Amino acid sequence: MDLKSTREGSNLIVDVEGRVDGTNAMDFQTALEGAIQPSDQGVIMDMGQLQYISSAGLRVILLVAKSLQKQNAKLLGCSLSESVREIFAISGFDKIVPVHDSRTDALKALED
Amino acid sequence: MSESEGESYRILVVDDEPDVEPLMLQRMRRHIRSGRYSFVFAQNGIEALEVLNSDPEIDMVVSDINMPKMDGLTLLSQISELNPDLRAVIVSAYGDMKNIRTAMNRGAFDFVTKPLDFDDLQVTIERTLENMKAWKEALSSRDKLVSLQRELDVASQMQQSILPTQFPRGDTFEVSGNMEPARNVGGDFFDVVLLDDGQIGLAIADVSGKGVPAALFMMSSRTLLKGSAIGLTEPGKVLREVNNLLAEDNESAMFVTVLYAVYNPATGHLSYANGGHNLPVVFHSDGSCTVLPYTEGLALAVLSGVDFVEGELTLAPGDTLVLYTDGVTEAMDAENEEFGMQRLQAAFAGGAPQSAEAANEKVFAAVREFVAGAPQSDDITCLTLRRRGA
Repeated sequence: MDLKSTREGSNLIVDVEGRVDGTNAMDFQTALEGAIQPSDQGVIMDMGQLQYISSAGLRVILLVAKSLQKQNAKLLGCSLSESVREIFAISGFDKIVPVHDSRTDALKALED
Repeated sequence: MSESEGESYRILVVDDEPDVEPLMLQRMRRHIRSGRYSFVFAQNGIEALEVLNSDPEIDMVVSDINMPKMDGLTLLSQISELNPDLRAVIVSAYGDMKNIRTAMNRGAFDFVTKPLDFDDLQVTIERTLENMKAWKEALSSRDKLVSLQRELDVASQMQQSILPTQFPRGDTFEVSGNMEPARNVGGDFFDVVLLDDGQIGLAIADVSGKGVPAALFMMSSRTLLKGSAIGLTEPGKVLREVNNLLAEDNESAMFVTVLYAVYNPATGHLSYANGGHNLPVVFHSDGSCTVLPYTEGLALAVLSGVDFVEGELTLAPGDTLVLYTDGVTEAMDAENEEFGMQRLQAAFAGGAPQSAEAANEKVFAAVREFVAGAPQSDDITCLTLRRRGA
């Protein structure tokens, strides 16, 4: 698992690569929470290079979504591979984290 | 469930009905004679507290709810203050979810319903004692600051203690279930509930997280699910109720995916609702199979107020329903390739399962053959229901 973050205005874009499962979910959480600033209005998680995410990883996303909600910020996902998209659809997590086809679409959604 | 030799437990039974004492002594005589159980009796909450104060050897309490002087729910609050290690099982009226829920909130471990089924009570007592033992070990291991591995072992014992070991079967149906725990991660469980109207509730679930917190979350998920299941026959409503209870004050953001189905053995009719879980598969006697259609839902404990859409179908004689967790479809071989839905669907290409148990074994065998010794990273769980005939 690798995580890189860039900032666009008041939004944070996080690239997640590789696999997130029970063995590295804690690292994923630390990295993600470390990247988010209290001033962030929106966080876009680009999952284009994410191969797999287990329920332990989804739990981290839920934790982050909940804490972002408290600072009135939004969490969005984009560019999911077919298998990750399926995980989001079956678990219903696409209701918690709206999923967009591309980074551009996600940024546009934050502007609306 | 294994009964370790030499251990004996003292159980306080609280009930205002006079015939409970002789019945209990009669029906539990084998376990009394073997020295595993000894019983003490009280007729109401006040008497129970007096007994608990004077007899520190008591391990668990089985209590009725409606009693004079002090009822069972008040007693529960007192017990948790008196001794948080004591485990309590509540005896409630059938489907009395309101009282069951209050009892769970006040720290009851489990419940049984009236009229008392003593076999069921005995299984519940054993589960409770197993859990109490694991809990005490967890506490002492925490005291000793021993390794995380130890805590995971304890969590895994707690997990094992809630799985059914006997399955209902009838002239028209059979059920089988199995879980192979992963060493470090996992939180799968399943349950089979006999409903009042002759229907059968089948649940399979996967809790996120690991260790003792996840095991405790698993316990409450299972108990709330069982409680809702016996009070309601519509799977969508069951998941809605359990979800709302679990989503309250869920700061840890743990969640559980659940597939819950209600089967009518008389007609073969199956209704189901899906809380973010993998889609079950029905294998037909001609070797073909059907993946149950996706129905709208969300993993439980994530968001309260969610609705769960129900799906339905009718099993034909010879059909086998296979419920499973992602430990099956996401089992990986040495090259990190996943077992996947296609391999699961292909598992019975060579012939339809001849029994629920055979179907279960076949799924595990197919996964084992595929991973060929690669380390197991998640619990593998499978619950099967077969409509007999054909």
